[in-house]
Order: sequence, then structure tokens, then C-alpha cells
Amino acid sequence: MRYIDYMQLNPFQRFGYNFANFFKKLPSNLARFFIMVGKAIVGFFVSIGKGFANYGKRFVKGDIFVKLSYLIFGVSNMVRGQIIKGLLFLIGEAAYICFMLFFGWTYISKFSTLGTVETYEELSADGFNYVPIYGDNSMLILLYSVLVIVISIIFFAVYIAQTKSAYKVYEQKKNGEHVLTFREEIATFFDEKFHVTLMTIPCLLIGCFTILPLIFMILIAFTNYDNAHQPPANLFHWVGLSNFGELVNITKGARKATTFINLAEWTVIWAIFATFSNYILGMIVALMINKKGIKLKALWRTLFVVVIAVPQFVSLLLMSQMLQENGAINQLLSVITGHNVGYKFLDSWLSARITVIIVNIWIGIPYTILITSGILMNIPADLYESATIDGAGPVKSFMKITLPYMIFVTTPYLITSFIGNINNFNVIYLLTNGGPTTEDYYNAGHTDILVTWLFKLTMGESHDYNLAAAIGILVFIVCATLSLITFNLTKSAKDEEAFS
Amino acid sequence: MIKSYKLRRGLANTFIYILLAVLGIIWVAPLAYLVIQSFSADPGAVPQTLLPETYGFDNYVKLLTETESLNFPRWYLNTFVIACFSCVISTISVLMVSYAFSRLRFKSRKKFINIGMILGMFPGFMTMIAIYYLLKAMQILDLKSIFGIPTFDGPILALIICYSSGAGLGFQISKGFFDTIPRALDEAATIDGATRNQIFWKIILPMSKPIVVYTVLTAFIGPWTDFILAKIIAGDKVDNYTVAIGLQKMLDNDHLNKWFKRFLSGSVLVAVPVTILFLKMQSYYVEGVTAGGVKG
Repeated sequence: MRYIDYMQLNPFQRFGYNFANFFKKLPSNLARFFIMVGKAIVGFFVSIGKGFANYGKRFVKGDIFVKLSYLIFGVSNMVRGQIIKGLLFLIGEAAYICFMLFFGWTYISKFSTLGTVETYEELSADGFNYVPIYGDNSMLILLYSVLVIVISIIFFAVYIAQTKSAYKVYEQKKNGEHVLTFREEIATFFDEKFHVTLMTIPCLLIGCFTILPLIFMILIAFTNYDNAHQPPANLFHWVGLSNFGELVNITKGARKATTFINLAEWTVIWAIFATFSNYILGMIVALMINKKGIKLKALWRTLFVVVIAVPQFVSLLLMSQMLQENGAINQLLSVITGHNVGYKFLDSWLSARITVIIVNIWIGIPYTILITSGILMNIPADLYESATIDGAGPVKSFMKITLPYMIFVTTPYLITSFIGNINNFNVIYLLTNGGPTTEDYYNAGHTDILVTWLFKLTMGESHDYNLAAAIGILVFIVCATLSLITFNLTKSAKDEEAFS
Repeated sequence: MIKSYKLRRGLANTFIYILLAVLGIIWVAPLAYLVIQSFSADPGAVPQTLLPETYGFDNYVKLLTETESLNFPRWYLNTFVIACFSCVISTISVLMVSYAFSRLRFKSRKKFINIGMILGMFPGFMTMIAIYYLLKAMQILDLKSIFGIPTFDGPILALIICYSSGAGLGFQISKGFFDTIPRALDEAATIDGATRNQIFWKIILPMSKPIVVYTVLTAFIGPWTDFILAKIIAGDKVDNYTVAIGLQKMLDNDHLNKWFKRFLSGSVLVAVPVTILFLKMQSYYVEGVTAGGVKG
């Protein structure tokens, strides 16, 4: 289709065209994506190879002090006048060696087995009680091994930087250039290397409390750290992919797999209903508020926005109580109908699921109103005027103009909120706590979505960390794929310098 | 013809007014119920009628004075302390990271941005369990009265660390804001001999008041509304609860029948400041979400 043909389509057809085009191009886009990933991996190894080549080259070219700094850090710097810098390198090396000798090695050496010494019970000295004699603690071994690996990688990076610095200062001295004093070096961290100053602390924090736990949990997915293997009383071991196998293996009586399949299905249904009901209904309300001639716009908007301003746990806990058999909603129904109503909203699975979706509309519409109000005002008014002249009613112009336009503009928001709903822990957990519970499911109820099940598996009675971690990885894969699609659809990341 | 058009529009508008009013009432009703019942002075802790028959401050007084089993004032203080600390730390780290990503050009900047985005896609509380064990292994959770402050126990410090450590990953919105400031400003300042440090403090920050306000408010509100992380970290140490898990505790089977109205008044005490702050920052919120969404 040529550009001129495209311009003649109405917004709805344009959306359809783009939509079809997206799927038509999907294979080639996917292929391009994998080629890109492949190139990135190749590039990564090439740069590592180059790094080692340079590492070797520096060693060969440098003088005796440079060569010595490959073993003893900072020698080259110290010899050429950068005493403090060299000392810092040396202290770093000593600290790492001590760390490995007294702490790291004991754990990292057991990383491949996760511990072999079982805990056993021994008769205590008084001869009456059995006291446990603790063996290896698999959890700590895994946790500290990850820590040691991360620290070692950082150390390695420092090591490479150190050899570079050693060689650089050698060259500078040889060519008679000025060697930076420590004070000057510090000054560069507020100018040319200002990014290092800005990024170091946030990166350390993220590394410690996001990346490290993440690696730990990903590794847990490949162990049998479940309720039967709880350290320190028991050891757990590597089991490969069997946790993922357990989740998808639908043979008879496989409760975990049944639970997983059913909850995954409900998660998708929930995410679709929650996203689109909020989106469409919210947009209709926003349209009404923004309609020409409607006064008190700020008041109407505030009425709805107050609901999201109140912390979610307050409104959800309140709702969960109002929905009880003797709660406010049944009282209200009793007042209206004149006789006693005691409907149990959350007791049967279907009514619980419908209730959750409806309550989520109450929670979610204000968000849509907030976000779409601004965009709605940007739709050219003459589109509506010409539609009215052509005889289109409000419903028709909503379906043919507003909706296609909005979907087109807000696709990223739509996908983000879809992902948000897949991970929507609060609404489910605080409202129904996953209930009504059922014996058919493994530690889950009918309204549980995957992430609330994950939470119950870890914080509930069962402590099946391995399953929880495997579920987390699967949820991540789904969310990451969706995010990638969004990212490719918008492409605006490339235009980040458009304004500057 | 014009008259009938006006009439039709008038009718449509009346219809919309009625609809909006009905919807508005439905939306606000539960919250109104919350506020009104919190002032109920009826006997019994669970409201038997839609509207209370007598009004008074009994629930508030009880909530703030009867602190033997569930100590609400203490939870409020805990949450306030956590919110203040993590607000300061997260604001600083968000601004630092987003400034570096937006204004400075360095090797592997793109890689860092991508890694940050990917990390944000993992379900947040997948890592929380591991964080819990990490903090436990570091023995932070068992600390008592840090810096000699009596209520500043280990779990409080742990929560501050948790809320502020990941903050750097939330750089997108403020990066989007910094991206819109013309680079010519930086260049002019560089020619005049300013270092990048000075540019950050003297030029960019004063121009970025809206985004600073937004970051401060979100970081401050976060701990008041977060539920999961606090639940995992605080465990069964009731004194170290934040308001969120504390209020949930009032609704468990042991407490519900005695504490429901106090739950309502506690919710009001938490919701009022948060609501005011949120309404103040809602315009920033929209800018942030839409800009962040488009920027990816």
C-alpha cells in the first residue's frame, strides 16, 4: 500500500491495516530480533576476545613494573608517583584475597553440590533430649556463592581497569606527559567521569538488593528447595529443569500442573477483562466529563480520582469487608428491597471472579480517566463535526473515531496495564485472598492468579520456593515478550534526542 | 432547527449530568461509608446499619490510646520514619541515575538503560523472598534501637533499604523530563568553564522542579501504600509493622469483631494525608505516565 492510499483510509481502517501489518511482519521482525540477539552475543564474545588480546599486549609492551602490577596491584602506579591510587589498588587486592580465603572459598567450593553434610540428631549430654547437629546449610551456600561470584566479577573488572591504568601511566611517563596527581584524578570524577560518581551508589544498591536476589531466585528454580527440603534440617540439590516439567506435566492426579494450567488460564482471562473493562468504561466516563458544555469538569474528575488517591490496601480491605454476608452492600440491598438480603459474593468461584472484576473496575477506571483525558482533548474536533453532519450518532462516532484513535495512541499504555494486571497482586490478595479455596488446587483458590499463587507458595505454609521461582521465571518471559512488542511498536526510544 | 438542536444538546447534557452524578455517588460511596462509620459511636465494633445512629470520636480515641495488643500510633510513626528516609534516598538516586542517562554520554550507556528495563520486568516480589533471607543473613532484621532511637528497629532499616535500593531503576520518567531540556544549555555552560557537576547542581536541577516534586511525592507515598514487601519483612514482629499490614491485621479472624471500626478510623488517618499529597501531584502523575509510556 502506498502512502497516498494509506492517507485515504479512515482511522478505523488505518488501525486495522496497522494491526494486520503487525502480524504480517511478525515473522520477519522476530527473525530480525533473533539475528540482533545473535549479533549481540557474538559482539560480546568478540569484545571479550579483544579485551584479552589488549590485556596480553599491555603485558608484553609494558616494562617490569607494569608486568609486576599484573600480580601485585598498583605497583606501576606507585612507582610513577600515583602513590594513593596505587595503594588503593593494593588494598583492594588484599581485601579480596582475605575475603576469599576466610569466607568465599568455604561456600563457593560447595556450590556444585549445595552441601553434602547432612544434619543429624545426637543424644545430648544429659541423656534425655536429642539435639540437632547442623551440617551444611544449602540455602546459605547458594546465597553466599552468588554473592562471592558477583564480588569476583566486580573484582575482575577492577583488575582489568588496574592493568589499563598501570600501562597508561607507564606510557605517559615514557612520553614525558603529565601524570595526574591524586587531587586531579578526583577532580575528573566531577567532570569527565561524572557519570561514574552518579552511577556507582545506585548501581551498588541495585546490584545488592535487586540483581543478587534475582540471580538467587533464578537459581532456586533449578533446585528442589521445597517443603520437604528445608535448610538447615535438610539439604537441597540441583535438579535441572524438573520444576518446569512438574508445572506442565498434565498427567492424571498431577495437582501442581492442574493448578498451574487453571490459574494461568484465569490469569489471562482476568488480565483481559480487567484491562479492557477499565479501558473502555473509563474512556466513556472521560468522554462524558470532557464533553463540550459539561460544567464542573474539575469536580467530576476529582470525584473519581479520590478513589486512586486513597491507598489501595485501604479501599480493597474495606471492599472485602463490605462484600461480606452482613456487610454494607448486603445492608444496602436489604434497605432497597425491603427484606433481608445476605448474598455471599465471594463464596462460589464464578461469583467471586465476577465480583473481583467489578471491584477492579471501581479501582481502575479513575486511572484511565486520568490518563485519557488529555489525549481525548487532542482528537481534532472537526472529525466529530463532519461525522455529525454525515449523520453519525454519538455511539457510532465513538466506535469509528474515538476508539480507533485512542487505541492507536494508547497501545503502549494498554500493554503496560495488561502486564500490570498479570502482576496485579493487591486486588486479588486483599479482596479475596485467592478464595474460595479448593482441594483440586495445590495451595490455591479459584481467584488466585499466578503471582498470588507464587506468594502463597513462598509465604504460606508450604514454602515451595522452587515452584515459586519457576512460576516467576515463566511470568517474566510472558511480560518481557509483551514489553518488547510494546517497545518495538512505539520505537520512540530512537527519538530520545528529538527535543535536545 | 437551531432551537431543536439546542434542545437535543440540552437533553443529552442533562442525561450526562445525571449519569455522572450517579456514577460519582457510586464511586465515592464506599469512601464516604468509611469516613462516616469511623465517627460512629454505636455500641459494638461492627456496624449493624448503613449509617450510624450516634456520632463521636470513640473509635479514634480507642485506636490511639488502647495500644497494648495493636499499637497503631507506633505503626504510624514507623511508616513515617520509613517514608522520610526512603524519600530522601530514592529521590537522590533517581535523579542521579536519570541525569547520567539523559545528559551524559558514556560507553555502554545504552546497555545500562536496557538492563534497567529488563530488571523492571521481573515480578517484583519474586526477589523479595531472597531479599528477606539476605537481610536475615546480614542480621539486619534482629537489630534493636539503631542509633539509639528506641523505635528504629532492624525491620524498619530493612524496609528503608528495600524501598530505596531499587529506586534507581525508576529512572524513565525523570529521564524523559531531562531529555526535554535543550542540550545547548549544557554546551554553553561547558564553554564557560563549568564542570558537569556544576551543570547538574546549578543549571539542570533548578530547572527541574516539577520532576523533583513528583519524585519526592511518589517516594514518600510508596511506603504508606506498599503492602507485600512490608508483610514479608516485618513477619510476625507486630511492633515493627507499617500501617498497611497493621490495618490488615485488624481484619484477621482474631481481631475483626473487636477492631473493625478502629480499622475504619485508622484507614481515615492514613488515607487523608496520602490523598491530599496524591491530589497535589496528579498532574505530574499524568505527565509522568504518558511520557514514560511513550518513551518506553
